[in-house]
Amino acid sequence: MARKLWRFHGGLRLPGYKAISTARDAVPARLPRHLVLPLTQHIGEPAEPVVAVGDQVLKGQLIARADGYVSAPVHASSSGRVVAIEERPIPHPSGLTAPCIVIETDGRETWAPLTLHLDYADMDPSALRNLIREAGIVGLGGAGFPSYIKLNPGPGHKVDTLILNGAECEPYITCDDMLMRQRAREILQGMTIMRHALQAKQCLIGIEDNKPEAIAAMRAAVKALGIEQVEVVVIPTIYPAGGEKQLIKTLTGLEVPSNGLPIDVGVVCHNVGTAASVYWAVIWGEPLTSRFVTVTGDGVAAPRNLEVLIGTPVQDLIEEVGGARPGLRLIMGGPMMGFTLSGADVPVVKATNCILVAGPQVVGDPPPPMPCIRCGACTDVCPAQLLPQQLYWYARAKDFDKVQDHNLYDCIECGLCAYVCPSNIPLVQYFRYAKTEIWARERDQQKADLARRRHEFRLERLEREKAEREARHRQKKAGVSDAAGDDKQAAIKAAVERARRKREAAAPLGGADSAPATSDPATPAQDDQKE
Amino acid sequence: MLLNNPSSPHVRGPLSVNVVMLRVLYTLVPGVAAYVWFFGWGVVINISIAVVAALASEALMLRLRGRPLMPHLTDGSAIVTGVLLALALPPLLPWWMTAVGAAFGIIVAKQLYGGLGYNVFNPAMVGYAMLLISFPREMTQWLPPETIAATFPDFWDSLRYAFTGVPPAPIDAITMATPLDHIKTELGLNRTITEIKAGNPLIGEVGGVGWEVVNLAFLAGGVWLMLRRVISWHIPVAMLGTLGALATVFYLTNPDANASPLFHLFSGAAILGAFFIATDPVSAATTPRGRLIFGAGVGALTFVIRVFGGYPDGVAFAVLLMNMAAPTIDYYTQPRAFGHGRR
Repeated sequence: MARKLWRFHGGLRLPGYKAISTARDAVPARLPRHLVLPLTQHIGEPAEPVVAVGDQVLKGQLIARADGYVSAPVHASSSGRVVAIEERPIPHPSGLTAPCIVIETDGRETWAPLTLHLDYADMDPSALRNLIREAGIVGLGGAGFPSYIKLNPGPGHKVDTLILNGAECEPYITCDDMLMRQRAREILQGMTIMRHALQAKQCLIGIEDNKPEAIAAMRAAVKALGIEQVEVVVIPTIYPAGGEKQLIKTLTGLEVPSNGLPIDVGVVCHNVGTAASVYWAVIWGEPLTSRFVTVTGDGVAAPRNLEVLIGTPVQDLIEEVGGARPGLRLIMGGPMMGFTLSGADVPVVKATNCILVAGPQVVGDPPPPMPCIRCGACTDVCPAQLLPQQLYWYARAKDFDKVQDHNLYDCIECGLCAYVCPSNIPLVQYFRYAKTEIWARERDQQKADLARRRHEFRLERLEREKAEREARHRQKKAGVSDAAGDDKQAAIKAAVERARRKREAAAPLGGADSAPATSDPATPAQDDQKE
Repeated sequence: MLLNNPSSPHVRGPLSVNVVMLRVLYTLVPGVAAYVWFFGWGVVINISIAVVAALASEALMLRLRGRPLMPHLTDGSAIVTGVLLALALPPLLPWWMTAVGAAFGIIVAKQLYGGLGYNVFNPAMVGYAMLLISFPREMTQWLPPETIAATFPDFWDSLRYAFTGVPPAPIDAITMATPLDHIKTELGLNRTITEIKAGNPLIGEVGGVGWEVVNLAFLAGGVWLMLRRVISWHIPVAMLGTLGALATVFYLTNPDANASPLFHLFSGAAILGAFFIATDPVSAATTPRGRLIFGAGVGALTFVIRVFGGYPDGVAFAVLLMNMAAPTIDYYTQPRAFGHGRR
């Protein structure tokens, strides 16, 4: 039975270069000498180290605990000794350094004691989520959002559909493809656990039609495991079909609202790799210590997928696939959305799906930009249904209000507009620029507002104190010393009145300041009592 | 490590401005060939003069504006302007008029507005409109199609006439109005379409003799351009649809006082205009709905000018008028962004 599919706007069939890394099965990568584990491998707060330099650690042992709600713990991906906790280069577009725990491996791969949960079906969804949280699982599709949060629909939300994202749409990347071919059962069992945690009715697994082996493997596994209400859905290979919102639209016809989340339309979407990690974490108690990574591109001798320990330096992986010629560009992720690495000394993190080593044939510098001829090619391909050329004009003119009017924040930076632009305009860079500029302005605006409000409060306080002083003087002159009770009542009344006035004055400026405003009047009231 | 362009996307599609312009040029080839077949070498001479004049003006202006010559002179846009202008001109026009039209289009309508991508008006049509207003007599003298002409200038006659003004035969023996112009004039004399058509060798099966084939050839090229996605379907379909629909309504109301819709589509510049001129991306509307409105506007104005206006063909003025409206149309036809609910 062919399921009805929906078409999202735009998109493009990109030339595929996936076959070069799928010729051979994925194998475990060699154990590196050193593992470098950044404390931030996810969206949210950095984890907090719980080991010290010199400590012996076992594989799977917690070495940094989650700090905050949106955060994920970090575990040692192999056994060894902590040799440093220091700033190291991390994979980030800016080439930043960040605190990392460095482990010298001992080659023994000794596991920490693990707790099995073969009985997960009897467990409470929230207990399941805790297991997943403690295993340090974040989305393995590339964004790195802590997964347990997405498994917590929250009150008032019912989950109708759990979608597994097997639509790996970037050219070159094949780690999910190979994982589906080689670990179909683990993925499906992980999916069953997630479904239990979400109490989702049905599960859909979206796979692009350029991965026939993965489709066959997943279908066979569904059959073998005999899971109900699960469907492997073949979708057309149109970049960016793997974008979460695009995949949901393709499979269900539902559009995730602009400022909303998939849960708003009753859908939760997880990457297939995440599902496999959930399986290992829940059933076998193993935290996230490794993942599939595609090491590919025309710059390496023998492209393939490797099962890589988190923290393995990129250099080690490149050497393992035959080494790269010098003078090539190193990209983490795919050619459309990946970012350039400043060097090969950065580690693989949880969100690393691909190391692309490409020469000038593939990523050569584009010809210089020409003026926009408003051909509309960008509009035709934009999956967010935006008008990239208008956004470009407004961004160039620094007309940020208009940029927001034209829904800049719906841009998913898929790169298609710049890809098709005949004038070689780096559109995505303009949009990133506009986004950061708007954020910066908003921050400045907030600072200015705060300063203005502080100033206004100060003036008001000075005036109030003056008025109170004068009132006390008058009171003293009048010599009223008895009727302390009345006095107290009057003071309270006055304080209430002041508070009310202040609230009214402060209201249009926002509620944030109502707290100091109401607690303040207590002080003069006490002063009155003392007299 | 190459770091000159570290930001994604790291790969580029095959399209470039030159490629776009080149595709436009070679999809014009069948139409041009048919045009030359029926209306002689004057067409080729016009194209050559207009292209040379356009490139020279472009080079001159780039130099004056202190811009680099190379990427801009070779981007193909000036050549396209020259060719499109030439295709709108009568085949035997004095060379300097052709040159002045092309230069005016490039210098005033394009470079003075900021060059490629910044022009508000279609440069070829600005050149054409300027010539039509300045030299109305020369601009409406067409050759009869070679297949029915008594005398027809050969290549050397045409060349000599264009450059020296020496006609190959008495001028009124070789020039006449276009079918659209002819019908308009005759209708003005209160003759009926049937009377006008009867025994007139200029009028063919559906449009003017020769014009039908030329327009079919332009149509073929235009459709190919559309299928290759160099242009979107919106403007041509909206323009020809509106023109055809209006013509049909009038034709059905009074077939004796109104030319048939097919005559409207296949006698003048409607097809060339719909696929190659109104679709000029720089000066047209760009949103999908905007393009529909833009195309419909061009179609309606073309019809109104042809039927009620003072000029035999209205495509050029219709395009220019809609060029003015394009920014406003774009502003009010923003598409609904993903996840924003229906509007």
